[in-house]
Amino acid sequence: MEITKSQEGEKLVVLVSGRLNTGTAPQLDAELSTLVTQQDALVLDFSDLAYISSAGLRVILSTQKAMSRKKGSLVVRNCKPEILEVFEMTGFVDFLTIE
Amino acid sequence: MMKLRVKSTIENVDLLTEFVNEQLEGMDCSTRAMTQIDIALDELFSNICNYAYGGKIGHVTVYVEELEDEGAVRITLEDEGIPFDPLSHEDPDISLGLKDRTIGGLGIFMVKRTMDDVSYEYKDGLNMLTVVKAL
Repeated sequence: MEITKSQEGEKLVVLVSGRLNTGTAPQLDAELSTLVTQQDALVLDFSDLAYISSAGLRVILSTQKAMSRKKGSLVVRNCKPEILEVFEMTGFVDFLTIE
Repeated sequence: MMKLRVKSTIENVDLLTEFVNEQLEGMDCSTRAMTQIDIALDELFSNICNYAYGGKIGHVTVYVEELEDEGAVRITLEDEGIPFDPLSHEDPDISLGLKDRTIGGLGIFMVKRTMDDVSYEYKDGLNMLTVVKAL
């Protein structure tokens, strides 16, 4: 997995490539738990994400909770069908902002 | 049938995934099925790493077999850890709102939802978790 950050106006875009699984999720967790304290608008770009397992869902859930608490925004965008399917299957579509 | 035996440490998930994907490629597996299998492997393998050996490191053996008549693959993960049936847990409530949401049980829930068959057996000191998935 690779993490690439870029600024897009007021938003910080985090491009996550490769596999978001039990092996790589801690790396993203470390990155995002710092970013949520610094940013008010985060975008997770999953255009190059191959798949996501529950270890990755855990990171997204805690990021969404933290952003909601501080009234910031989190957007997940460019999901492949395989990724979208996971969000639908687990009910994450109900509280994530997916573009 | 092909098999691979690895130590039950999280970083071996890549080794395991590569090994299984290599077999699946030889079976003309669809991308969607391969993705779902990779996720299932991640869930099942990490469960073993985290819980089966009570904080210690043991071994995991994965068996991959093509079921040609059914156009499917059968994958078994085997460990010598504490007897534990991950399928015995209740499914998580996926209708809960953000505040009440926890992640517990979501992994196995996804495995049950995406695989065509999931079964557990404890025999001769071995936990055996088997999934069958159409290619």
